[in-house]
Amino acid sequence: MPGKLKAKIVAGRHLPVMDRASDLTDAFVEVKFGNTTYKTDVYPKSLNPQWNSEWFKFEVDDEDLQDEPLQITVLDHDTYSANDAIGKVYIDIDPLLCSEAATVISGWLPIYDTIHGIRGEINVLVKVDLFNDLNRFRQSSCGVKFFCTTSIPRCYRAIMVHGFVEELVVNEDPEYQWIDRIRTPRASNEARQRLIFLMSGELQRKIGLKVLEMGGNAVVGYLQCFDLEGESGLVVRAIGTACTLEKISTLPSTATHQSNSSPSKDMKEPVFGEEVPGIPLSSGPPTPLRAQTFSSFSPSKSYSRQSSSSDTELSLTPKTGMGSGGSAGKEAGPLKALLRQQTQSALEQREYPFFTLTSFPSGFLLHVGGVVSARSVKLLDRIHNPDEPETRDAWWEEIRQEIKSHAKALGCHAVVGYSESTSICEEVCILSASGTAAILSSRFMQDGPLDTEHRFEEVVPPGCGFCHIPYDELNIPFPAQLTYCYSCRRSKVPDVLFTTIDLPADANITGKGCLIQARLCRTKKKAQGEGNATAISNLLPFLEYELHTQLMNKLKLRGMNALFGLRIQISVGETMLLGLASATGVYLTALPGPGGIQIAGKTPSDITYEQHISNMQKKINDTIAKNKDLYEINPPEVVEEIIGSPIPEPRQRSRLFRSQSESSDEVSELDLSHGKKDAFVLEIDDTDAVEDIHALLTDSPTPQGFYSCNTEIMPGIQNWTSAIQMFTSVRVFRLNNANLTNQGLNKIFSDLCENLLKSLYFKLRSMVPCCLCHLNFTVAIPEDELIQVAVTAVAMSFDKEQILENGKQSGEKTLTKAITENDEQLQFNLELNPESSHANPLSSPKGLSEVGSHPSARAPSVDYSSFADRCSSWIEQLRLKAHTIRRGSVKTTSSMEKASPLPEGRSRSLRSNRSYSGTSVAVVKMTPLSFIPGAKIIKYLGIINMFFIRETTSLREEGGVSGFLHSFIAEVFAMVRAHVAALGGNAVVSYSMKECVFMENPNKNQAQCLINVSGDAVIFVRESELEAASVQPQSTTHTSNGGEGT
Amino acid sequence: MSVELDVFVGNTTIMDKEVYQLWLNGYTVNDAVKVRIEGGVMEECEASADVLLSDTMDQYRTFQMCERLLHHPAKLANQLLFQIPPDRQAMLIERYYAFDDLFVREVLGKKLSKGTKKDLDDVSAKTGVSLKSCRRQFDNFKRVFKVVEELKGPLVENIRQHFLLPDQLARDYAAIVFFANNRFETGKKKLLYLTFQDFAFCAGQLINHWTLGAVDSMMEDMDVDLDKEFLQDLKDLKILITDKDLLDQHKSLVCTALRGKTSVFNEMEANFKNLSRGLVNIAAKLINAKDVRDFFIDLVEKFIEPCRSDKWTSIDMNLFLTHYTNSAHILDTFKHHAVWTRYMGVIKSCILRMYHD
Repeated sequence: MPGKLKAKIVAGRHLPVMDRASDLTDAFVEVKFGNTTYKTDVYPKSLNPQWNSEWFKFEVDDEDLQDEPLQITVLDHDTYSANDAIGKVYIDIDPLLCSEAATVISGWLPIYDTIHGIRGEINVLVKVDLFNDLNRFRQSSCGVKFFCTTSIPRCYRAIMVHGFVEELVVNEDPEYQWIDRIRTPRASNEARQRLIFLMSGELQRKIGLKVLEMGGNAVVGYLQCFDLEGESGLVVRAIGTACTLEKISTLPSTATHQSNSSPSKDMKEPVFGEEVPGIPLSSGPPTPLRAQTFSSFSPSKSYSRQSSSSDTELSLTPKTGMGSGGSAGKEAGPLKALLRQQTQSALEQREYPFFTLTSFPSGFLLHVGGVVSARSVKLLDRIHNPDEPETRDAWWEEIRQEIKSHAKALGCHAVVGYSESTSICEEVCILSASGTAAILSSRFMQDGPLDTEHRFEEVVPPGCGFCHIPYDELNIPFPAQLTYCYSCRRSKVPDVLFTTIDLPADANITGKGCLIQARLCRTKKKAQGEGNATAISNLLPFLEYELHTQLMNKLKLRGMNALFGLRIQISVGETMLLGLASATGVYLTALPGPGGIQIAGKTPSDITYEQHISNMQKKINDTIAKNKDLYEINPPEVVEEIIGSPIPEPRQRSRLFRSQSESSDEVSELDLSHGKKDAFVLEIDDTDAVEDIHALLTDSPTPQGFYSCNTEIMPGIQNWTSAIQMFTSVRVFRLNNANLTNQGLNKIFSDLCENLLKSLYFKLRSMVPCCLCHLNFTVAIPEDELIQVAVTAVAMSFDKEQILENGKQSGEKTLTKAITENDEQLQFNLELNPESSHANPLSSPKGLSEVGSHPSARAPSVDYSSFADRCSSWIEQLRLKAHTIRRGSVKTTSSMEKASPLPEGRSRSLRSNRSYSGTSVAVVKMTPLSFIPGAKIIKYLGIINMFFIRETTSLREEGGVSGFLHSFIAEVFAMVRAHVAALGGNAVVSYSMKECVFMENPNKNQAQCLINVSGDAVIFVRESELEAASVQPQSTTHTSNGGEGT
Repeated sequence: MSVELDVFVGNTTIMDKEVYQLWLNGYTVNDAVKVRIEGGVMEECEASADVLLSDTMDQYRTFQMCERLLHHPAKLANQLLFQIPPDRQAMLIERYYAFDDLFVREVLGKKLSKGTKKDLDDVSAKTGVSLKSCRRQFDNFKRVFKVVEELKGPLVENIRQHFLLPDQLARDYAAIVFFANNRFETGKKKLLYLTFQDFAFCAGQLINHWTLGAVDSMMEDMDVDLDKEFLQDLKDLKILITDKDLLDQHKSLVCTALRGKTSVFNEMEANFKNLSRGLVNIAAKLINAKDVRDFFIDLVEKFIEPCRSDKWTSIDMNLFLTHYTNSAHILDTFKHHAVWTRYMGVIKSCILRMYHD
């Protein structure tokens, strides 16, 4: 009996009126865990009942603790008829099972009903006492920490990165069971919600077991998804990266305090220190689960009607990005260091050398090869035996193998920034996986070479090392133009770099980044079964190719040379396929500058036609120039030929003007690399091409003061203020016109995205200057003729003038913190004034470029580019200062806030609200990023993973589809916030809305929506607060946890 | 081709003050968009009309969802659905409960009943305040009235606590509730020149000095009703006009004090008895509920109008009322000093406020 769960029902408030006669409610509560149910007394005639119940105790296995949620049902007592349910609260008690997370759940939680939404709140107290588990053969994995964050969490240190963990569980979907015909929608929804809760609990437990087996104690970058396969079932699958983490104790007292307070300390896993690299948990017996998941896949047994092996041959899985070319260069370059091969072989021993992380501890990521992706089209069939989800496992295994081989072809032994997704329409399912091929240092690997400290490590210059090609240049797997690194001049770099990861923190960049999207719509004939699957798989390569072309064009149009955070989503509908690729473009200083875009006409005889072309050319050139200005891209012009590269590359010259049409002939081979030209040639040979170019130019620039990106950090902006605003926006567009061409659809889809962005900019105009970070677009085709786009992102204000201002004052402390850059640059900044520019040619951007082009600057220092950036931003500040009197007040208040030693009201609210018995609601911040600007995360309280269904049969009365969804999303936010607050937290980081399935039937006045959200609940403390009050952060934690919100 | 669904939900609820005001004023979404376009927000933010429409719809929806919370402002602070910073909450409440002086002038003193609500379209036509806005304002009055009607303790404080209104607005609501409860007549032609603020001021005076709460704040009763005992005592003041000696003495005392100090001395001397009779009669009749309703019309007819026709200035008025009040205390046989002070204090400040030169 390894655990005792205790729950106490304190009170309720804002309950709905259940008795029309008295306008009151006779409420009582049922508390259920597993098969045990307790009831409170009926609190008669009140909308604010005070039950103040005893402690209800459940003695259960920790396995159940992990799988089951605590279910609280609030009911209205009725003497004569059946009791009416008011609503339910599901509480995930997983955070209480980990000694380092929350210790108690206490607070007001919304009572939720799938038909009526939130109906009042209930105040509960939940605790868990875990006993020491001596049973080695256990099935539970209590104590393994889960993080959605795709980097090493802020208050931890990675001791070991073990690698990829995955698991999936399947079940029948209650919505499609026979019983659904005779039960109420509410019962059906609740069955579904509960099932998914159970399944994700089970999934998490199973993943935890795998982590323990590997010797880890945490999962980072945990990504859990649902596949609603309809008739054929419900799949919950998850991937993550197993790690051994160690808490960075800021204060020595913390540790002792912790061990005293947490009863479950003993549950902690053996810590793998650096001294003892890898005590394998070989004593742990292999569980049956393990055998199941790692079983070698057998395609013959696959239920997909279309044979999966032929899928691969049909090239459903083109390697996008730099990847291409299939057979060439399967082996890693022979010129690479022996050591790397050692690491590689170590990695190769693993099933999948995949990492869901997108940013890494410094020194971990050595080289990046490029994006690898694989897709496969499958036909869904009923899952016959839910306990043996072999089919689905085999499908994913197939895809992962393919990814692995793509990475190998790029000379890489690992895939980072790895993610998996599906798109389902009726019985067709597209499985996708993508990541970035990379070479990692063995420093954090358990099974790497043993003499960790004294062995010879490849010396990788920070800032540009990751750009250096990992593959052998004489045996390039695909045609690419290589040059010597513009930063260190020692290694080769490609001309463009596409990745799915975040920009490494130490990367050298020029200017700022921006969001780049490629959008595509393709019509498809309605079809059934295998024919449909074949049609889709035939379309996929073209879709990918065009998305890639669009991305490349848009990248060049912005004068940039690299993409980070690339995410390609392909969504399938009955009559069309949607493709949306989002990434953050940036100019990597180490890479060569992109050439322009040249337009070539096919029929040069016509004069007006030529004029037309030259007009268009001019427009494009102007746009490029404008963008360079906008994103402050003014790299030092290093003329390579003058310097002379040691290895002459004559072949690239000859290929200079290879035309677009030529390369498009190679579609079958899917040569996605356009990297062979200085100037990118677009040939206008038909009207489609004209449209394409127009489309290229229709992307409207972001309004002044706005920047956008889809990565964690915006390249080029650091000085964030504490103002953040997370939001979700959903749009559904109906195509009334059935006979649309691809071009027409493209335009509609593109406009839809553009308009959505414009609306966002308008909505958030009060936060200017600001950046929309982590812009995550999700597209879906909920029905024929409907396109749904959902965006979740965070708007963060930043302070343009702060650098200058602080420089003037002597508040250098804030400065160093606000912009994490080194001291020399700061001094430059302080010295900057118009006079000195005469004396020092370095001080003007112009002078800089001259120096850069001078032969003597053979190894340009890292600082030049960022210095130029500094200069220009400094000039911009001056300009801004001139015309932003209006903004003056905003600025001063924000700087006041920084200066004031006392914490501001809002940040203090956590403590004060809890101690003042909850007269007002504690503020909970939400962000899709892994950090909160200007604040320090002091504790991770556990993962938040919630699934809700909302249904209505009175759509019109609830304000139509928009009103319905608006209140549902607001309710989901409210529930997330309430659960975080109950855990004692004041923020959710790495928040994401992974699923938003909306279905409507306006004729029946009905609608249904499913939303799945996840994130990490944390406690943060304002940095100003940390400094000012020498109060230990631990005490803060303690107060907030101990205080019983009433 | 159409946008079927369009929502935006922020973790912190975004609310535009300008759009909120348009919503409160009863503009339709399309009209609000027009107003915003004319306001130039488009140029400022490089937005298009579509963007503006989408934003306006979204905001309107948010306000509609918030409205039921605004009916119980205390709930706004501890609800979980919308995360709204406290200063925003205060703004939302204050503006929701704000009203048009023109509108309130129309319904002031009327019974807050369904019948009155039915006539709101006339009020709307007359005042130019949109019907939607009229209804909101009317419902606000009614809601506040219903809540404080049942409560003990000081009226203004009750309103402020229950509806989280700023001080001035709470005072105004107290006036409205007070007028509605006592059904003071304010719509007569002779009273039309008075603004809501004039009445609100007078209501404040009455609440502070003539209600039960004014004497003893711990009293069980509330301050919406006048102090019955005091009204009863007011009858005793009649002696000032019924006793010929007292009346003459009073007159001579006032005349002595004012001689040479006012330009309207002669008119005052000639009219003294009429004026005094007017004021004392009002006092004596206040025990009847019907006469309470006519309190303001009586003040105007019996006192303000005669003075105005004699072209008194406010200074003259102030002088007269001061000495008129003080002289009564010197009269030998007049014993009701406390009642007199309590009565005349309010009368004096009301008249001074109501007397527009």
